[in-house]
Amino acid sequence: MELSYREAVRAAIRDALIRDQRVFLMGEDVGRYGGCYAVSKGLQAEFGPERIRDTPLSESGFTGAGIGAAIAGMRPIVELMTVNFSLLALDQILNTAASIRHMSGGQFGVPVVIRMATGAGRQLAAQHSHSLEGWYAHVPGIKVLAPATLEDARGMLWTALQDPDPVLIFENIMLYNMTGKLAADAGPVEIEKAAVRRHGRDISLITYGGSLWKTLEAASQLAKENIEAEVIDLRSLRPLDDATIVASVSKTRRAVIVDEGWRSGSISAEICTRIVEQAFWELDAPLGRVCSEEVPIPYPHHLEQAALPQPSKIVAAVKSALGRDR
Amino acid sequence: MVEFRMPSLGADMEAGTLVEWLVKPGDRVKRGDVVAVVETQKGAIEIEIFETGEIEQILVDLGAKVPVGTPLAEIRTDKEEVKAGMVARPAREALEVAASVPITAPPGAVPPAAPVPLPLSAGRVQASPAARQFAQIHDVDLASITGTGPAGAIVREDVERKHAAVVRPIEKKRALGLDLDAMRGAIAAAMARSKREIPHYYLEHQVDVTPCEAWLARTNATRPPESRLLMGAVAMKAVALAAHRFPAFNGFYLDEKFEPSSAVHVGMAIAIRGGGLAAPAIHDANRLSCDALMASMRDLVARMRSGRIRSSEIADATITVSSLGERGVEALYGIIYPPQVAIVGVGKVVARPWIVDDAIVPRSIVTITLSGDHRVSDGHAGALFLAEIGKLLQEPDQL
Repeated sequence: MELSYREAVRAAIRDALIRDQRVFLMGEDVGRYGGCYAVSKGLQAEFGPERIRDTPLSESGFTGAGIGAAIAGMRPIVELMTVNFSLLALDQILNTAASIRHMSGGQFGVPVVIRMATGAGRQLAAQHSHSLEGWYAHVPGIKVLAPATLEDARGMLWTALQDPDPVLIFENIMLYNMTGKLAADAGPVEIEKAAVRRHGRDISLITYGGSLWKTLEAASQLAKENIEAEVIDLRSLRPLDDATIVASVSKTRRAVIVDEGWRSGSISAEICTRIVEQAFWELDAPLGRVCSEEVPIPYPHHLEQAALPQPSKIVAAVKSALGRDR
Repeated sequence: MVEFRMPSLGADMEAGTLVEWLVKPGDRVKRGDVVAVVETQKGAIEIEIFETGEIEQILVDLGAKVPVGTPLAEIRTDKEEVKAGMVARPAREALEVAASVPITAPPGAVPPAAPVPLPLSAGRVQASPAARQFAQIHDVDLASITGTGPAGAIVREDVERKHAAVVRPIEKKRALGLDLDAMRGAIAAAMARSKREIPHYYLEHQVDVTPCEAWLARTNATRPPESRLLMGAVAMKAVALAAHRFPAFNGFYLDEKFEPSSAVHVGMAIAIRGGGLAAPAIHDANRLSCDALMASMRDLVARMRSGRIRSSEIADATITVSSLGERGVEALYGIIYPPQVAIVGVGKVVARPWIVDDAIVPRSIVTITLSGDHRVSDGHAGALFLAEIGKLLQEPDQL
């Protein structure tokens, strides 16, 4: 079955709405307009305004409402237009959703799923283009998922809805138009493990979300120069699958982390630290990172592209780690 | 305060490992003293000092491999007063300043925001954790390995390669301080560079050495075997004298220009048992008598084969003579050892029919060849140079 990432996400929401009457979707423009990325197009007509609910521009308000509904027994899917706007709801996410399980001594969980778009590349300028999922991965009490493939876009939502605690799903905006084949019976996927998307012996490229495809492209360029890179798709940024990372780095002895977030204090910094903590003696080179430039993401196309991780930068970082840049 | 630095012992040397200090702080040294032993790809070499004074401080520990030019010790020369309360400069600082290697990357190849690795300091072997762990488990000496990793660091593969090389020929007999594989690598690098950079031309000249042989027979008749003269010494002397008269074949080609040398230090190509080749110099060979030359040659061969030669001998030959006569070939064409500009080959002495005064007579003939550097000389000058050697060999008693 040929479909887009956007359609895979829609199929997941639709499937969840059918399977569980407690599930509903709410967010800005998700109803009549069909979602700002057209993910929920047609769902209100099918399921009605009770279950596909348009909200005012009030991230803190409707995220808080979703959290309250979850505590009260519903299974809400809250959509935030971009991760930039999610900061308005950060108080609800961090101080309430992530903390209630602990503060109530385990009496209350918050089985909410919060979806949001992340990443740059569509000339939406700084306030719509950042990649802050690494910040959420800092917070205990929530899970942070980053589906990069059609299978994960289709399958992660249901698994997340089964989780008794809050789960955040980050969908990279550049993936929505990506099309591919998806099995007609594709369904829930496990979210515990990272996936090795390409096997290789020379270096581990660790990435997630929208950067996965750039990293795979870099890996195939490197293969032409007889450098076999292993590409790991993290899939979950919290918890991180240390075992898969460490096993790969122990084999290749080198790693470059590709992360669309900013370098300083990033998820890539966390991954580097874990590698050093757990696989220091396996290393053959300093760890490398390809991150976004530390600027607000620019509007002009060429500057925006220059600010983001690109296959050429990944190739250069790999060669540097292999001592092949001299 | 004068710094005593790791000398360059040939065009192919980049670094050396300090294996022995023969002096300690406080020792008096004078010019020419052997103060340390350094292991290079050409074996253990005794390093001489060129200052007179007192060793103030040793800067490099035993076993450390440091690049050429790294300060090894500080010497207080006699001219300097000892200042009260003078604080010695920390060794580490001196090392890092002198030996830091700038990391260069092609522009644009590395993302600009990537952190630039710190320069490698010379005092410590730069090896990855994986390399260190492997080396520790398999007892491999990291100091003896050249790294291929980022900024030249040793990576695990380098150690594995070294380990495989050591383990496979189960304890190959190894002369003191001599790694024959490394030497072959060094020879290959120097010769490849020579062939790449030096436009060689080749000449050969057949010389009738019958008078020379007769003179040698007379001279040796009354001598015990250990002090007999060999044709090689006579040829060496003739080459040295000719080189002194033809400066275009004696000196160094450095920085795009030729600098003739007034001194004639003739490098003598010596085959090492088990393979390998070195050409330590006999200093001022043109001024030594044939007997003194012969003694020097014997001494050099003996020391070369035991793997101990001096830094000044290995570094400063101004021209090389390669003699394969006793190995049985009639002519050989050498490859110039950079930065020298000529190498003379001396073949086997063979009996040949020769025309002397219109009669065919048996004579002893040796083929002498010249490989010359066309940037410095040409065939015409080369022919005169070879003819001079031939002429000198006609009157061995005058040498």
